Amino acid sequence: MNKPHLLSINDLGRDGIVEVLNVAESFAEVERRTMKKVPALKGKVVATLFFEESTRTRLSFETAAKRLSADVLSLSVASSSVKKGESLKDTLKTIEALGIDAVIIRHRSSGAPLQASRWLEDISVINAGDGWHEHPSQGLLDAFTVRQAWAGDLNVDPKETGAELFEGKRIVIVGDIAHSRVARSETLAYKALGADVVLCAPATLLPKDSVNWGVEVTHDLDAELGSADLVSVLRLQAERGGGECVPSLREFNADFAMTEKRMGALKAGARVTHPGPMVRGVEIASEVADDPRCLVTTQVTNGVAVRMAVLYLLLTGGGTQELEGGGK
Amino acid sequence: MTIIQTARYDMAPDTIAIVGGVVLTEEGLVRADLVIEHGLITALGTDVVLPEGATVLEAKDCIVGPGFVDLHTHLREPGKEQAETIATGARAAALGGYTAVVAMPNTDPVLDSAFVVRAVLDLGAVSTCEVAVAGAITVGRKGESLAPIAELAKLGVQLFTDDGSGVQHGGVARRALDYCRGLGVTYAEHCEDNAIAAGGVVHEGEWSAKLGLPGQPASAEEAMVARDLLLAGELGARLHLLHLSTSGSVELVRQAKHAGINVTAEAAPHHFTLTDAALESYDAVFKVNPPLRPEHHVQAIIDGFADGTIDAVATDHAPHTPETKDLPFDEAPPGMLGLETAFSLTFERLVLGAKMSIEQLFAVMSMNPARIAGLDAASSRPYGHTPHGKPVAVGNVANLVVIDPEATWTVEGSSLASLAANTPYEGRTMHGAIRHTVLRGEPVVLEGKATR
Repeated sequence: MNKPHLLSINDLGRDGIVEVLNVAESFAEVERRTMKKVPALKGKVVATLFFEESTRTRLSFETAAKRLSADVLSLSVASSSVKKGESLKDTLKTIEALGIDAVIIRHRSSGAPLQASRWLEDISVINAGDGWHEHPSQGLLDAFTVRQAWAGDLNVDPKETGAELFEGKRIVIVGDIAHSRVARSETLAYKALGADVVLCAPATLLPKDSVNWGVEVTHDLDAELGSADLVSVLRLQAERGGGECVPSLREFNADFAMTEKRMGALKAGARVTHPGPMVRGVEIASEVADDPRCLVTTQVTNGVAVRMAVLYLLLTGGGTQELEGGGK
Repeated sequence: MTIIQTARYDMAPDTIAIVGGVVLTEEGLVRADLVIEHGLITALGTDVVLPEGATVLEAKDCIVGPGFVDLHTHLREPGKEQAETIATGARAAALGGYTAVVAMPNTDPVLDSAFVVRAVLDLGAVSTCEVAVAGAITVGRKGESLAPIAELAKLGVQLFTDDGSGVQHGGVARRALDYCRGLGVTYAEHCEDNAIAAGGVVHEGEWSAKLGLPGQPASAEEAMVARDLLLAGELGARLHLLHLSTSGSVELVRQAKHAGINVTAEAAPHHFTLTDAALESYDAVFKVNPPLRPEHHVQAIIDGFADGTIDAVATDHAPHTPETKDLPFDEAPPGMLGLETAFSLTFERLVLGAKMSIEQLFAVMSMNPARIAGLDAASSRPYGHTPHGKPVAVGNVANLVVIDPEATWTVEGSSLASLAANTPYEGRTMHGAIRHTVLRGEPVVLEGKATR
């Protein structure tokens, strides 16, 4: 029997997403303790396999696994046989032979984690970002972060709110949608939770079929600011060809960057998120990045709890006993 | 008929008979038996006397017609013999009912010199299917300077293409079309404007957007179709368009034919049986160039066959080893096997599904491609071939296929004759099967099995 995977937000659905967010709330509490470790995944082995460089996602996943007491194998592609011409399939088979329970994969090719899930017999595959396709744990932690902020505004326990706080909310995702895996995961997550999603970018940075995604599509950020409850700012993916899709960074910045002036146009209580890494002065102004309404550092902090929840749910099936019995 | 005396006929038994079938003759489909002696059809009718000692091929409930001709086969030799050789590709062709194939030039080395072309023709001459060659248009298929087209034409090469990629430079394309016109040979284009395609590995649309795979728009193909039609019309040159896959391409060709432009077109079975929804699995076995398209394009291809806009079914048979297809989607090479599944797919989708007649099936799989490739008459060139794509008649060389429209079979990549196994139809049950294939009087396929 194949183990469950997290390859796309679509693997979860609304209830699945809410479950991850709620379990993550419990782990966030664990993180506030002095002893941050729980034995939930003791004896389990988790491997990270990053074919693309990443600092925050890899560290976040490895920290999450360690806090759950899992053993972590960290395969660095630079020093592995991949550089010697070994195929993805053989690399995966090698890791499988080491007896692991889950593998966390980042790859520059869309679909590589899904292919990996077909090639591996009894290992959970977690997509840590594949090409332009998806980055589901990022979509989850972004949803977790904004739910927490909105719950805080109302002084309620986020766990008690389920998906309620997303109902009727207007979420604008702005920037290089076409080349962004975060855009796809966020769109799927926010839509599943009941929010209205607006994609905002120049025509050349929007996937051609995104008008059929059940979202609004616009090229006018300024027109959205007064009604947005959340603006999710995305980087221009220069390394994936995003730079060629606009005449200049100056022109992109003029119409699609979150500037101080645009912060001023937001309605009260609106938030800004950014999945990082930020390029200050291009898609986000320094003043915006450092504004308390911008949740970027909270996102990084929450990444660990959300990834703990993902690992925990995939590897234990979600029985709460082990979690509650965690170390104090 | 001096050609019949060559050593090529050594493998043929002296006399064979095909009995019990319905035969596609100049008068249409008629119930008839036929006798073949020394490679030639010598008797045809319901009252023929079977010579003593004849090898008898049973054809009850089957249709006997001219062997199929594939305009678009990647035999991979020289260069990628782990994926296919001329011998294994020719065996796959015979099992698919083909008596002739046109080998594409994107080998290593490229088929852009007489020396390499001769080597391919030599190996083809002893295989289970006649192998014609499509020569490269430009040296190394680089799209820059013209290949020795006249020299290759003297070896009997009739089609020239840089298949695998289109000729990007309009000036080079125009010069090549003009040069081919002077030689009476045909310029064939792989229509893909690389600048518009922008590195897309799938069709740009719903699935490229969902899957986050770089897409190439239909216009990448259509822009080059339009360019070449204009050039061919202006020059009065003969143009053949390879593996058309979009509704816009079909419409452009339809209009060009009405306008009297000397153009023919082919389409591949995967472009009228599969859509880009198959990409959901990210399985690179579905990666092909031109890419799989949405349903309305598929329907346009079928309509193009129905009204004669598209002249030929061509397989674009493209074997790839498992290790190259077991790669991330964007890294894997495009291409899929086609020779052994083409007939069943055409029969299912165009005859059973779109009400084409059996005669039309033979037109698009045998007569038309034979004419386009110049294989419909015997060649007197040094590397000559026998005539293909002719209705069955006394006096013709016996290049025949016997199809069983009632038979069903299940595709299994590892059981196909190709060295590679990259069929996108794995596990699919097919309707209609090849029962026998006869090459110059030799039964190279008997009861669905290759004889050598």
